[in-house]
Amino acid sequence: MHDKRDQVTGNRGQEETLPPVTCNLSPHYTLKELMTIVAAREIKDGDIVFCGTGISMLAAMAAKNINAPNSVIFFETGAIDSLLEEVPLAVADSRVMYWTSVNGNLADAFATMQNRISGPHVVGIMGAAQIDKFGNLNSTVVGDYFRPRVRFSGSGGACDVASFVGRTITFMQHEKRKFVPKLDYITSPGWLDGPDARRKAGLPDGGPESVITNMATMGFDSITREMYLSGYFPGFTPQQIQDNMGFEIDTSRAVEVAPPTEFELKILREKCDPHRLILG
Amino acid sequence: MKIGQDKSVSLSAAVKKYVFSGCHLSIGGFTINRNPMAAVYEIIRQKIDDIHLYAHSNGQGVDELIGAGCVSRLEIAYAGSGRFAPTCIRFKKAVQSGAIAIEDYSNYQMTLRFMAGAMGVPFLPTRSSLGTDIIEKWGFSKQMRANDSRLPNEKLMIMDNPFGSWGNAPKLVLVPAINCDVTILHVQKADREGTVRMEGLTFSDIEQAKCAKHVIVTCEEIVTSDVLKANPDQNQIPSFCVDAVVHIPYGAYPTACYRYYDYDPAYLNAYRKNAENDMRYSTYLEEFIYDVTDHQALLNKIGTEQLNAIAADPRTGYAVGLDRR
Repeated sequence: MHDKRDQVTGNRGQEETLPPVTCNLSPHYTLKELMTIVAAREIKDGDIVFCGTGISMLAAMAAKNINAPNSVIFFETGAIDSLLEEVPLAVADSRVMYWTSVNGNLADAFATMQNRISGPHVVGIMGAAQIDKFGNLNSTVVGDYFRPRVRFSGSGGACDVASFVGRTITFMQHEKRKFVPKLDYITSPGWLDGPDARRKAGLPDGGPESVITNMATMGFDSITREMYLSGYFPGFTPQQIQDNMGFEIDTSRAVEVAPPTEFELKILREKCDPHRLILG
Repeated sequence: MKIGQDKSVSLSAAVKKYVFSGCHLSIGGFTINRNPMAAVYEIIRQKIDDIHLYAHSNGQGVDELIGAGCVSRLEIAYAGSGRFAPTCIRFKKAVQSGAIAIEDYSNYQMTLRFMAGAMGVPFLPTRSSLGTDIIEKWGFSKQMRANDSRLPNEKLMIMDNPFGSWGNAPKLVLVPAINCDVTILHVQKADREGTVRMEGLTFSDIEQAKCAKHVIVTCEEIVTSDVLKANPDQNQIPSFCVDAVVHIPYGAYPTACYRYYDYDPAYLNAYRKNAENDMRYSTYLEEFIYDVTDHQALLNKIGTEQLNAIAADPRTGYAVGLDRR
């Protein structure tokens, strides 16, 4: 059993992952650090950031300290604008309750996301065991629902967030068995089965915006809603990335992702996770 | 419903009176915070089985009840203990082996289900989970539902908005109320009549309490009603909702209780290792639950050094600088 701290995200059903691919081209940063910083860059100033446990929380903390000082970190447990002097190890960790603007409850937190005014301003950061080309997520079971080969934690708030908010960012380990043509269980709705599917199902506007893995970043085509390769990490090629996925994606739009700057790394290492509880 | 009387009792008496084999039980708290652990251990010691358990995102409490064989059926959104066990280990084993029946919901749905029970309505609507398997896949069969009058006949239902275009939500998911036999919460303060004051996040504890026939509250401190009434806007649950009040310091241990103590990383890490192996888990159950007479005896076994290490810092409400590796 490998160390739980090696996993990409402790958020939703990730503990079955293999040890991460190590980036041997640059000794200056780890892939986990790069993933965190790439996610932080996607957070805009003024966003309300929903985070789960682990790397998503670090990304939100990094964004607030680097590029989005007016973003608000908030948790499904009801804590809003937590100071996070120490990194929490769960969304109910007492560390999320200290120096908040409001300590609420679950009913409030999810209503904020379903709310017509505040919901579209929320960016949700997620993780999952499986993802398909439309960004639907499975964090419940691999195998049959009744006798699963692997049982994961279940939705938690993930399905609610994916249903309600304006945009979502999903962290994934880049493996063929995780990028699958068909999910074993749809826990959280992405673009469902393509253009207009969310509207037909009755879901609010919004949906998956990007996927960040230990090799690459993916976006979703604005017309087809299918996943495409938007960026590859230094040291990886688009072909390598495609070879580690269970479905074909368009790689023609991909550009190399800028490595973390010294400043970004300094904030992440010294301010966000000095004890490397999440970064490992 | 009891009004205006002293409801303070021992934990073993409260569990004996309100928790029974086959009962529908909900427990408060969230992952590694404010789980009613002393009560969970007492249920295990009393060997109460065939429990139908409800929670939203409970971690340690759910896992220990399942691990000890107390649970037959589970309705839940999430079974995890943060970084200590992203998926609870005994839960995972029990679901994979078919030892328990499980039905999955989302956190908001579980919250609304408790709230519907608390409000006295049969269901509440939400837009969550449209298009997903949370609606499509039922954990409990029609037959099983028909056999237990405490279960609704359907899992979730989709309804066209009866107000037409009003609210711009064409379809809604109806989530059925939960009306459980007993809810157990661990809180910071209560008076002897049962008025409750929680500090920090309340999770869905208030809704969970109000949807139950009976409520057991365990608390860090019993205070006088005057203390609670001096700042009434900090209280959440009135005494008439509560049946039993039990004074149990460290009653959430090894999970955290904001402003009192942190979770215990040493205990939770050791628990994870024990949970991964059936033999070691049996030994754990014997040594830490069956062979200790009560929660105080468990605390004595843990020792003051470990308890001092997790003592909450008065400024932040948690143990600053605690070794959490």
